[in-house]
Amino acid sequence: MSVILILLAASLTIAIGFLLAFIWSVKNGQYDDDYTPSVRMLFENDIQNSQQVITGSPSVPVSTNAGMENKIKKQTE
Amino acid sequence: MEIEKFQYDNKIVKQFAYATMLWGVVGMLAGLLAALQLVWPVFNFETAQTTFGRVRPVHTNAVIFAFVGNGIFMGVYYSLQRLLKARMFSDLLSKIHFWGWQLVIVLAAVTLLMGKTTGKEYAELEWPIDILITIVWVVFGWNMFGTIVRRRERHLYVAIWFYIATFVTVALLHIVNSIEIPVSFWKSYSWYAGVQDALVQWWYGHNAVAFFLTTPYLGLMYYFLPKAANRPVYSYRLSIIHFWALIFIYIWAGPHHLLYTAVPDWAQSLGVVFSVMLIAPSWGGMINGLLTLRGAWDKVRDDVVLKFLVVAITAYGMATFEGPMLSIKNINAISHFTDWTVAHVHVGALGWNGFLTFGILYWLIPRMFRTRLYSNKLANMHFWIGTLGIILYTVPLYWAGIMQSLMWKEFTPEGQLKWQFMDTVTKMLPFYAGRAVGGTLFLVGTLMMCYNLIKTVKAGNFLANEEAEAPALTSSYKAHHNDHWHRWIERRPVQLMILSLVVVLIGGVIEIVPTFLVKSNIPTISSVKPYTPLELQGRDIYVREGCYTCHSQMVRPFRDETARYGEYSKAGEFVYDHPFQWGSKRTGPDLARLGGKYPDSWHYNHMMDPTSMSPGSIMPTYPWLLDDQIDAASTVGKIKAMQRLGVPYPKGYEKQALSDMKKQAEEIAASLKKDGIQTLADKEIIALIAYLQKLGKDIKAAPKAELEKLSN
Repeated sequence: MSVILILLAASLTIAIGFLLAFIWSVKNGQYDDDYTPSVRMLFENDIQNSQQVITGSPSVPVSTNAGMENKIKKQTE
Repeated sequence: MEIEKFQYDNKIVKQFAYATMLWGVVGMLAGLLAALQLVWPVFNFETAQTTFGRVRPVHTNAVIFAFVGNGIFMGVYYSLQRLLKARMFSDLLSKIHFWGWQLVIVLAAVTLLMGKTTGKEYAELEWPIDILITIVWVVFGWNMFGTIVRRRERHLYVAIWFYIATFVTVALLHIVNSIEIPVSFWKSYSWYAGVQDALVQWWYGHNAVAFFLTTPYLGLMYYFLPKAANRPVYSYRLSIIHFWALIFIYIWAGPHHLLYTAVPDWAQSLGVVFSVMLIAPSWGGMINGLLTLRGAWDKVRDDVVLKFLVVAITAYGMATFEGPMLSIKNINAISHFTDWTVAHVHVGALGWNGFLTFGILYWLIPRMFRTRLYSNKLANMHFWIGTLGIILYTVPLYWAGIMQSLMWKEFTPEGQLKWQFMDTVTKMLPFYAGRAVGGTLFLVGTLMMCYNLIKTVKAGNFLANEEAEAPALTSSYKAHHNDHWHRWIERRPVQLMILSLVVVLIGGVIEIVPTFLVKSNIPTISSVKPYTPLELQGRDIYVREGCYTCHSQMVRPFRDETARYGEYSKAGEFVYDHPFQWGSKRTGPDLARLGGKYPDSWHYNHMMDPTSMSPGSIMPTYPWLLDDQIDAASTVGKIKAMQRLGVPYPKGYEKQALSDMKKQAEEIAASLKKDGIQTLADKEIIALIAYLQKLGKDIKAAPKAELEKLSN
């Protein structure tokens, strides 16, 4: 069963690696805010609307499609 | 704060999307061919390259590494850039990654069809391709981490954590499981033998499911579901917790693929415990996905993308409920080696991976081509035909799997086995046909999607480089001291850290301590001898033809199995097996005790035409084995490789190997001649017969006292 040692070493390496990553992420402040990131990812970085996106309040759902649809409209017009 | 202007690279996403569609169709076609072969053996076309044992690995490798693999890269390259507010680190690396991966796929398909295989499920590719995979994977990681370093968004969104875990773990799994000793450019032997090889293989196999089919797709779900629904994920906190829990638990669950086998009991129990625990973090992901749509279910009615995503997440929930259940020993005793497992896998593959990929494609392609989907109606038809396909695929196989297992286990009141193995095979055929219908529907749906998307592409106007802007990342970080998240983080991470440490340590202690008793874990059996050169060549033919895709070599300690096959398998029997060939599915009967059961001539006729010896058999014919010559030139190299792996051939045996091989071959040719079969002694069939007659022979010669000691 000496292979268990290999598997164990490999699995522990991974686990410890993730543990360090976890500690880093906490210390780095990754999880200080566990709400904003879920909303921020919805904002498309659309240059035409960038002003609106930056000032837009996260609590108001902002249509990510707005920019896209505007573009399509403009093209078709 | 200065706003930086940059561009997202859409071209690489488009390339991966096209590859996903192409290989999806190819992989599903291979699957459909394999499904038809199980009902009508004529679909094997009596050609080596198109026989089930080679087509099945092509199917599994194509759908996992080509279809899902390209799907992962498509989603990662799209979402990573936007989540990090940065273009991919290097266009050149992206290019190398894309073309390198397609090269791997083409090489894989060609070599597998040619019979170049290591004989380890889902890791069949030979060592040169293994090395190429490693290089391409490192390029992917380099590109990803390079982008992370250059990001303009401090926070790493949860999807990115899933991508990181995928990269790191798959790299490790692939390397550890692929350690093999090359014999020639397209032939190698696994470094590990028997029970050890089985443990490594299923540690890999299970985690391939975990870290190739699950974690990257969860990452994609966390990006594309909120995007498609245009609302934030239900609980970001839950996503973080279930991510860390999932990756800490998954890695220990592998042995549940080896329950009741010759793997030590404690390792099996360990696998069971962690597998059952897995339900919590898995369902954490499913619940988070489904609840994201709370209050927005009306959107699901209209939006075909959301329909696909919802069914995908539901399938994920079902598969991850079923997985832990199947890991419980009592249930596994029924399900293992049957089509139940195949059905389980396809709920995940068709539902979770398939539908999530389709949903992403329908969302992504119109966006990148700045147009609308060519036909919503067609996409809706795809959704329904695909869903029907999944149901028609899985339900017959669940039914058939349970039925077959119960038939295997049934005894007459007199205490005899009620059914011949062949009875259970013929009963399966209608169900196999039903599965083929389900698979066809799923494939038809996929083709409809391809048509729909090609039409969309034609009508659209591709945006190769999407303009974007974001402020540069400032280097210093200041924690917010007074908000309540800080208090939360003061309490939880410490608890989480301690908990994960404890979990890891418990796993470590349980696995380390018994290894101090290494010797007792694999009791050797004095009568088990290394393979003769001819048997070794025969075994390589067995591996080449993919016999393990339908036949197991592992008699579990159940009444019906010992009555049907003979003495149950012991760990000590497999010490010279590089690689192990226990198999995972019994489309045909177990072969661990085949040796000596039939005369040589039976095997000869059976390989030429299985139905001549067992009427009703669905096994393919192997006429080329009767004509092709044994690759005698490779014998010396193979014996030498085995010696390096510690197989105790006497010193200098490689010089004697060829003459020994010839002698044994002539004996078999003579025995065939006695039964009226004229054949030359240098044909492959002779080597294969030698190997098949060796199976289980040694244990029959073992002293009774020794066996009794082993059973205690």
